[in-house]
Amino acid sequence: MLTLADIWSPLVLTISLASVTTVILLIIATPIAWWLARTDFILREPIAALVALPIVLPPTVIGFYFIIAMGPNGPGGLIASLWGARTLAFSFEGLVIGSLVYSLPFMVQPIRVAFEAVSEEALEAAATLGATRRQAFFRIAIPYAASGFFTGLILTFAHTVGEFGVVLMIGGNIPGETKVLSIAIYDFVEHGQWMDAHWLSLGMVVFAFVVVTATMLLDRRFGRLTG
Amino acid sequence: MRFLRRHFLGLAVAAAAVASLAPAVQAAGTVNAAVAANFTQVATDLAAKFKAKTGNDVRLSFGATGALYTQITQAAPFDVFLSADDKRTGVAIKDGFGVDGTEFTYAIGKAALYSPTVDVTDGEAVLKANAFQHISIADPKAAPYGAAGMAVLDKLGLTDAVKPKIVTAENITQAQQFVDSGNAEVGFVALSQVIGKPATQVWLPPQDDYPVIAQNAVLLKVGADNQAAKDFLDYLKSDEAVAVIKAAGYETN
Repeated sequence: MLTLADIWSPLVLTISLASVTTVILLIIATPIAWWLARTDFILREPIAALVALPIVLPPTVIGFYFIIAMGPNGPGGLIASLWGARTLAFSFEGLVIGSLVYSLPFMVQPIRVAFEAVSEEALEAAATLGATRRQAFFRIAIPYAASGFFTGLILTFAHTVGEFGVVLMIGGNIPGETKVLSIAIYDFVEHGQWMDAHWLSLGMVVFAFVVVTATMLLDRRFGRLTG
Repeated sequence: MRFLRRHFLGLAVAAAAVASLAPAVQAAGTVNAAVAANFTQVATDLAAKFKAKTGNDVRLSFGATGALYTQITQAAPFDVFLSADDKRTGVAIKDGFGVDGTEFTYAIGKAALYSPTVDVTDGEAVLKANAFQHISIADPKAAPYGAAGMAVLDKLGLTDAVKPKIVTAENITQAQQFVDSGNAEVGFVALSQVIGKPATQVWLPPQDDYPVIAQNAVLLKVGADNQAAKDFLDYLKSDEAVAVIKAAGYETN
């Protein structure tokens, strides 16, 4: 029977990874989403497609390129040497970087859509009343786009909780460092511990259900999820 | 055009009927084989030779023995199972997935410590020095070569010292990938995976340090009536196949 000890470490790790990734992506994705929503740059849509790539690419592709890039022969090795390690793989930091790429579109897309819906008149009115662009952005655009932010936060968090393929390729299955819930379930199945796999999976199904319900309720409450 | 439109349904059915005849027209048989990851290269060679000899196709699926067996218990359509150990095939028969009396040892594997960057001629010293940051070992519960690696560490009294540096790979193919990509400096793999490498890159632990890796094959119930599958298993015992298996770094009975 599954004990709390069995699942505690992967659980904490998964929530940490998802939280850290979500917070960092909030900061990274917002300017990207704003730019995509407001610019007329001719390469806007190809760039948007680049951002959206992780939605379409199999996670193993992302993981494959990361295992190469994170090693001593790639940029990851350089970064890791800052703290005396040879590689970014097999570390929580490495997983965060992998997750940032893996979940990027899940933060950018909803926020971009919300920004696109921000009333142009309101922003112009703010400008005529003497607001700087920065003030207009923080006092008008962001509140207007609140639902997009909520959606992005929830989706990014949930998507990172479910991450498997990328972690499988670059994680190394280290308890307390890279062994997240999805890997723990996979291990239980591989080892024939199916009862344990059932319990853990059931927990994740419940979690996923809660997330989807919350997102739908938010959508109804605040209006549009998509343009 | 009108003819096509009018009789589209009838033509579609006719086309489907013709297409469904195609497999029956095939003279050669097909074998679906679940093969332990360490035997990847050899199995591919043998499959090609078997096809040249008999015209039968062998479709190979590779993976960690434990993972493959899990799939077999869930009715994966495999005719034969080439395990990396001698336990899972017995379990297959006991659990009703394998055909009694068809189990045999097709190869005896040797574990190897591998590093393209660290000189492991004296592997024991390298392990004891523990100077590496990561050592990659296949999941010992799913891959016998991973269990062999753990056994070697145990024998040398290094388990506790090395444990924090262990990176657990899904199977020994991934164990080698972690090493080849430079992310782990050393790793335990099967000799067959690194047979052509320079001597400084490979260390063979003494056989006494780890349990004998007798790799057994078994005919699965799914393939009980598949003559090509039975022929393939027989082929593995043939002189031609044994020569290939030995050249790849295994021993045979």
